Formats: sequence, C-alpha cells, structure tokens
Amino acid sequence: MKCVVGIDLGSTTTKAVLLDEDGRPISRGITNSRSNYGVACAAALDEARTAARFSFLERGVTLPAARAELPRLLDGFRLALYLAELAALRETILHELDRNLTRRVQKSVLAPAVESILADAVRAAPELFIDSKARKSEFFRDLAGAAFVASAERLAREGGVPFEPLVALYDRAILEVETRVRPRDEGALLHDALARSSVAPDVRAHLGDAIARAINEPLEEIAFTGTGYGRQTLPFPKSAIRSEILCHGRGAHRQFPGTRTVLDVGGQDTKGIQVDQHGVVTSFQMNDRCAAGCGRYLGYIADELGIGLHELGPLALQASRVVQVNSTCTVFAGAELRERLSLGQKREDILAGLHRGIMLRAMSILARSGGVFNEFTFTGGVCRNGMAVKLIRELVAESYGPDITVNIDTDSIFMGALGAALYALDDLRAGSPHLLPSFNAVENLPPGDLVPMTAPACASCA
Amino acid sequence: MTTDGNRDASQKRQKAMISDHFAKLSRAKEDGKKVVYTFVPGNLTELLSAFDVLPVLPEINALQSGMRGRSGKYIAEAEKSGHSEDVCTYVKCDLGMLKSGNIGPTGEKLPPPDLLLLSYTGCFTFMKWFELLREEYQCPVVMLQVPYQAEGEITPEMRKYVVDQLRNEVIPALERLTGTKYDEDKLREKMKLSARAEDDLVAVWESARHKPSPVDGYFGGVYYTGPIFSSFRGSQDAVEYYRELREEVEARIARGEGPTTPDGPLGNERYRLVVEGPPNWTNFFDFWRMFSREGAVVVASTYTRVGGLYDRGFRHSPDNPLESLADYCLGCYTNLSLPKRLDLLEHYVKEYSADGFLINSVKSCNSFSVGQLLMLRELEKRTGVPGGFIESDLVDPRYFGKANIENRVQSYLQMLAARMQRRAS
Repeated sequence: MKCVVGIDLGSTTTKAVLLDEDGRPISRGITNSRSNYGVACAAALDEARTAARFSFLERGVTLPAARAELPRLLDGFRLALYLAELAALRETILHELDRNLTRRVQKSVLAPAVESILADAVRAAPELFIDSKARKSEFFRDLAGAAFVASAERLAREGGVPFEPLVALYDRAILEVETRVRPRDEGALLHDALARSSVAPDVRAHLGDAIARAINEPLEEIAFTGTGYGRQTLPFPKSAIRSEILCHGRGAHRQFPGTRTVLDVGGQDTKGIQVDQHGVVTSFQMNDRCAAGCGRYLGYIADELGIGLHELGPLALQASRVVQVNSTCTVFAGAELRERLSLGQKREDILAGLHRGIMLRAMSILARSGGVFNEFTFTGGVCRNGMAVKLIRELVAESYGPDITVNIDTDSIFMGALGAALYALDDLRAGSPHLLPSFNAVENLPPGDLVPMTAPACASCA
Repeated sequence: MTTDGNRDASQKRQKAMISDHFAKLSRAKEDGKKVVYTFVPGNLTELLSAFDVLPVLPEINALQSGMRGRSGKYIAEAEKSGHSEDVCTYVKCDLGMLKSGNIGPTGEKLPPPDLLLLSYTGCFTFMKWFELLREEYQCPVVMLQVPYQAEGEITPEMRKYVVDQLRNEVIPALERLTGTKYDEDKLREKMKLSARAEDDLVAVWESARHKPSPVDGYFGGVYYTGPIFSSFRGSQDAVEYYRELREEVEARIARGEGPTTPDGPLGNERYRLVVEGPPNWTNFFDFWRMFSREGAVVVASTYTRVGGLYDRGFRHSPDNPLESLADYCLGCYTNLSLPKRLDLLEHYVKEYSADGFLINSVKSCNSFSVGQLLMLRELEKRTGVPGGFIESDLVDPRYFGKANIENRVQSYLQMLAARMQRRAS
C-alpha cells in the first residue's frame, strides 16, 4: 500500500498520521516530544507504522476466536516493547553509575537498589498491559518514571537508600534512552506474543498467517509534510514544511467539514484560526511572548498538586463553585493556588477557576482572530480535558449564542498531523511530493538530505 | 543593502550625506552653529535650514542604535534611572544614549541642543520626552501644537492656528536663538528644492505598481525615505539623491528586476504586500529576510508616509511656505484619523494589486498601535484581501522573538499561497 505521511512536532507530543492515496486514514502514532527532534519524529512515525500493521492484521483476521485474541496479542506486543525499553533503561543507568557517581555515593548501595527497582518494574509491567485502562499514559517515560519513583521512595523509606541520587540517575538516563531509536521488529514481537499466548492450534495457525501477511504487506511512504512548533529547527527539509496553523485548520476541517472557526490549545500555543469552506485558513491569531493558558500551564498546576495531568479535568468537574483566579502568569497562578489552598478553599473549586482562566484567554485569542463562526471545532491536547471542554462550550454559547455547533474529535490531538498529511497528498497530486527524511539520530537535518524509506523488515516473516 | 558591494550608488551617496551631517554636528560648537533637537513627524527642516541651524532627530538616533545593536544596553541604562518597562523604547534608548556619552551612529559625539523644537503633538510621548531632555539640558523648548485630524480633514481654522504659531512662537524662537531675522525668500528656495525631491520620491514609491516591483516599499522604503524624513529635505544633496535613486529604479524596471534585498536582487516576486506599522530595528535584516527569502515584496507601507503623504498630492510649496509647512505638519500619517488611515491602506491594497496586508504592531507605540485589529478586520471586509498580524517592538531587543515572528510570517505567507492556489484552481 502506498501512503502519505504527516508529522506534527509539538512542544509536548509528536504525532504522525498515515493516509492512503485516496486520503483515507490508515493509522496514526504519538509519542512525547524530546530534546532530539529527529528521534521524536522517528518514534511517532514508528508508532504510526506499527498501528498500520495492526490495522492490516485486524483486517486479515477473520476467525471469531482469533479476533477475540487480538487485543491480548496487541497488549503482549506493547508489553514486549515496554520491557525492551526497561532493559535499555537499566543498561543506561548502570553505565551512568560506572561513569559518574562512584566517587560521590557508593555504587555498592545504588546498583542493587536500581536492580531492585527495575525488577519491580518488570514484575509490575504485565498488569499495565493486561487492562490498558490501568495505564495512565501512553509514554514510556511516564510509565517507567512513575514505577521508578514509587519503588525508590519505598526503598528510601524502608532501606535507607538515598532517594535523590536514585531519581537523579533516572532523570539522566531517561534522556539518553529517549534519544536513541531502537529498531522495532514488529513481526518478531507479534510472533513472540503469539507464542506466549495459550490459544487453540487452529487459532494460532490463523493468527500466525495473518501476522505474516500484515507484516509483509508493502507500506510505501511516497509523500511527506512536516509541521510543528519551533519550525526553525524542525528536522524536515524546508520545502516539506507547512505552517502548523494551516495544518490544524485543514485537519479540523477534514474531520468536520462544516468548520469555520478552529481553536487549538496545545502545549505552549493557543491558536484561533478561521477557515473557508475548503479548509484554507483565512485569518489567525496566536499567543505571543507568553504561554500562560496553554497546555503547559495545566502541566505546571498538576505538578504543583502532585497529580497527573489527566486527573486535572475530572477533579475540576467536581467543583461546587468556581473560584476566581486572578493571576494570568503561570508561576503566579501556582503561587495563588498554594495560597488559596492554605486559606482552606477546595482544590476542585480552585482548579475550576484556573481552567476558566485559561479558557478566557483562549476566548480572547478567538476574538482577536475574528470571532467564532458556525461550526466551531476545538482541537489540541487540552481538548482531552473535560473541564476545558465544558467551559469552552459555555463561553462560546455566552459570547456567540447557543446555536454554534461545537465539534470535538476524540482524536483531535492529531489534527495538525492530519492536516500535514493532507498537504502531502496535495503535493503528491500536484506531482511534487517531498520524500520522507531520515530521522534516525538526526539532530538537525540539512536541507536536501533525503533518503527513501522502506517498511521495517520482519525476520520471522521474511 | 548590507555590504558596500551590495549597495546601490544612491545608497552610498546617502551614507556619505549622513556622515557629513554627523561630522557637522560634532563640530557644531567650534563652527558656531546652533543645534535644534526635533522629531520626524511634521518636522520643519526647511525652516531650520533657512536659519542655518542643524537638526538632531532623537527617533532616528534611537533606531540607528537599534540597528547597531546598542539599544538593549541604552534601554537598560534608562530603566536603571527609573523609567518603566512600559515606556516607549525610543525614549529610553535616547535617554540611555545620552547617559552613555551621547555618541551618535557614526561614533562622533552629538552636541547638546540649544533649543528643543516640538513640532508635532499628536504623540503625547514626544512632549514627555522633551520635558525629560529639558531637565537634562536646561535649554528652552518651543512647542507647535498640531491639531489632530479628528474629522478627517484639514480645516482653514486648523491651518491658520498652526501658521499663527509658526509666526508668533517658532520663528521668533529661532530668531532669538540665531540672532538672525526670518528670511522668507530663503525659505521659499528651500521649499522649491523640497518639492523637486518629493516628485522623484513619489515616482520611486509608485514604481511599486509594476510587476515585479522594482522596490521594496517598507524595508527598502526606510532607506528611500531617510533623507526626506530627516535633515536633508530642502537641500541640493537631497535633490541629487532622489534623482539618482529614481534613475536606478527606472533602470531596474527596464531590466524587469526586483528590489535590492540583504541577499542581493530579489529574483522571484511571489507575494505583494502592504504593511502597516513601523519595522523592528534590532533585528531589521532578520525581519526583512523573513519576507525576501519567501519572495514577498512590500509594495506600499504606511510607515514610510509618517514623514509626509507626498503620493496623495502634498508638496512643500514655495508660493505659500508657512501654510504649506502647516499642511505638512497636519497631514503626516500619524495625524490622520483612524478612518483616514483605513482609506489610505485600502487605496494601497487596491492600487498596488496587493495579495495581502500585514500589521506589525509595536509594543512601544500605543498611539500608533491602537485600533490596528479593528483596521485589520475592516480592511479585510473592504478589500477581500487577507490580513496578518504580528507583534514586535521598535528598539527593545527583548520584544523580538525571532522564532515566534517567523512562525507567524511564514504561516501568513503560506496562507496567502494556499488561497492563491485555491483561486487558480
């Protein structure tokens, strides 16, 4: 199958979308952004390629008993990837111990502690992947970090192992682990997962065939467009870059063709975008100089409260009243949060106020971009937050009337990458496609450094 | 326009004129010349030169300091002495320069003023600026109050009000300063030379109607307006400069060439833009390249009309010199009402076949920036051409976020490209 690729390198997450030659979605992938932009793109693309293989596999499995086994097979695949990453983390930490810390803290104390922590993480891993709802994040750094810190705290409490040096080791090692792209042999991993499962022989044979077919199905990436934050340093050739504003507008319009106004609240950008009936941007505004009110603001608040980002929205939705938070600056808002907590105000009520504060800023950017027209589509990572969604619905109705249709796609975090893929398709159809650059271990790709991509080979299926 | 090899002959001439002017300023005291500090909008250059006094323009010094990478230090110096972060950065840059030895753009020391001539009051900050300079220099101030064109036109009463002040306040102050009598014939001669240079400048501006445009009317435009905005209007030097510039531009039209840019001549005109608002000076060439490297040419800008709307018919007139100076002060771009500014922008978008218009809103200048979003929406309605909006500052390097601004400029240009492509298909 031939496909086009769109990659959106955001400040928090990097997304990739694959479309077929007719513009139909094949798959998508997401990862956390990291200091090495090339690796972030490679990782997101790997996720999208894997998801494509999964979709081929799903299509090829017809036997009902085998279909029922698919979720477990995929969980097994994810688990195997997680364990491989944990092994890389262990290796990196032990290397780091040899290299740096021997003089300050006894290696003899830390090395066994690290082994114990990572053994805990390996033991606990299957639980994370048996029921995917137990996973609080899709990203290795979050899952491994939570497991590491919990075990390190226990060791510090019970065994007197120093906590800070352990966490410092993790912090250094995860950066290194994240900036390496490990080859992903999807076929081998799926076959291994199948080998570990206990299914009837006919089901096993059917799944084995389906895996081989899915892995061998050609997936040729024939056009590419990249977009994202900090576009001066994106690891894409300049000619293959489209503005994120164009891409978000186009992606949102593709999902909801009635869209005329788009609000995208990402990690550090809030964009108000107006599009025409074809999804072409006609006007836009975005925050300048200050990123208060964007996704990172919520991340900071979550850190202040010691809870997960995903927990903020549900907590704020439990508010019985909305506390007015006056600070627009993220740091001051953090201080105000602590002060109000110390005054005895309820956490959920303060959080409701903080959410309202950021959505009011978003409304101001929308007004500057020209206002809200029917239909209105809310995109970006922040629209995964239920409180943000509730507030934007209320504020849009208050300011622009109750007849505005508000669209929110569950996959709206992918709108930028989707728009980029649509631009790649335009270029392909115009006869001037851009080839996918090689992201592996590339910090800043020089323009024109293009290599043809091939689908990853599977040793078991070859 | 950055290196000597890349400079047009007219630009070299302009550089020599500027060097000569600052050399004269540095020798002013020994040559027995009087020095007057004044501002660009509504400046009375011909009147000053008729009295043979030398003008110093603090805004021009501030922008030069910005371009030479010195404004950050000067602004910090002014903030150290108590000026808030919110004060106009031209003011702070100028005060910081003063506190740091008052060294001008050519490295020569600027003389202190013998008189502060406030010839335009549309900018309230100008008044405060000169109050501060008066404290520093303990010298007299003469103020010409210029009524705002609230109703969008210059009335006979407004003209008379300004002429009366010229006769009764400004001219007597200059007579006291120099000890010479006002010589209207001398002023008429200067006005004649002004009008000649103005004719050629208008031809240069209007050359941007050609496709491709042989000039950039914003980034290149600030060079073209340099002499006429500042100390040279009414001089033979300015007449020769504008004649040479016009010939260069006409030669470029004949050769079908685009404008000169920091990277050499622009080969491929992809977008024609109208720009409202002053440029950023601290990263002037970075800012210019964001446009020129994408093939974007500014065909008209309002900033280059701050020193006079010559392309709308105004000329300094030797026949009624004081009335004409009054009209000049009353008619500069910053003195226009918001609806008149809109009319002018609409005219430029339509007459110069612009694909888009962009507003660079500067933090420093509230009086210039106020209402710009409203202007943007209204212009979109009137012209059907999409507007873009970016924010930076005049000379405070802290307010130029290169990645952010480039992101917006590229997004805007790509938006234009997508619309042009859609129209074509």
